[in-house]
Amino acid sequence: MYYFDPHIHMVSRTTDDYETLAKMGCVGMSEPAFWAGFDRGSVDSFRDYFRQLTDFEPKRAAQYGIQHYTWLCINAKEAENVELSREVIKMIPEFLDKPNVLGIGEIGLNKNTKNESTIFLEHMELAIQYNQQILIHTPHLEDKYQGTRMILDMLTGDSRIDPARVLVDHVEEHTAREVLDRGFWAGMTLYPVTKCTPQRAADIIEMCGAERLLVNSAGDWGPSKPTAVPDLILEMRRRGHSEALIRKVVYDNPIEFFSQSQNFSFQHPE
Amino acid sequence: MSIPLNSEQVLDREYLEIRGKILELAASLDRLERAAGCVNEDNRMNLISQGLQILLQETDQTKAAQIQMLFSRVYDDTWREQFEL
Ligand SMILES: [Zn+2]
Repeated sequence: MYYFDPHIHMVSRTTDDYETLAKMGCVGMSEPAFWAGFDRGSVDSFRDYFRQLTDFEPKRAAQYGIQHYTWLCINAKEAENVELSREVIKMIPEFLDKPNVLGIGEIGLNKNTKNESTIFLEHMELAIQYNQQILIHTPHLEDKYQGTRMILDMLTGDSRIDPARVLVDHVEEHTAREVLDRGFWAGMTLYPVTKCTPQRAADIIEMCGAERLLVNSAGDWGPSKPTAVPDLILEMRRRGHSEALIRKVVYDNPIEFFSQSQNFSFQHPE
Repeated sequence: MSIPLNSEQVLDREYLEIRGKILELAASLDRLERAAGCVNEDNRMNLISQGLQILLQETDQTKAAQIQMLFSRVYDDTWREQFEL
């Protein structure tokens, strides 16, 4: 089955991973800008990162028949540095016309602080000003519920935000329904260790339905499994779910969501 | 939408997995006891014991969502005023 990984950090992965993903049916992916594992020191460092995301990665992916898209922002962790964040936000429009840019992301919260919220709101303003879609990172572990509610407050508190054009990622059992009920798209992230397993993701699909629900691997430089989406496909098959339902979650839904971005020109494989 | 498997099929599939997970938990708690020192006053121990109780309670909420909420920081809807945002 062909699938689309809507959230994966390929800058941290090897070319061998591209090959493996292609062999497992991955034909498209979107890569949000995120934390590199260390705080970057200057706006130029982000400029180079955005060049990597908009120029180098799509070429590397294309060698394996994978269509690569991306999202730009300064992530929630580095957003604690408000001054640097503002410089990055000012620089982002240089890249918004690049052919693989889908919008602003992954913006969000990390420790749910005032600075993170301030920069979240300023990213929202940028997205509105440039009519961009938004991809959101919700915090992990004990911070997730509080942070998700804060993010939903900021989004729904601004009538210019269209929930249908916003994807809220890393939802779990206690946050998925609220995100979906408010009209947003929701993404589940399959991490091998502490976070959502393919089994739990399949449970959430069964409980919430497949409407506006996506699944991703968020493969990055930490312990993660870039081939996690095929794990979910297998788990759903083993439970006896229909191919149509599985395909909706791993292929049709991401494509429907991304199609709202003017730069999304995905070609279905023949 | 529900799970296409019936409960007997789920149990057949997951019995050994559940058994293994309970055993892991038991061994972790034993390890805590064998180690020098005392963590009884640590709030994390309190959360662990509340979590174990949730597993045996019958309510209309799912156990997974209740466990998630137990281990979550509290959301206060006046946060924006507090942050002056
Ligand atoms: Zn990410």
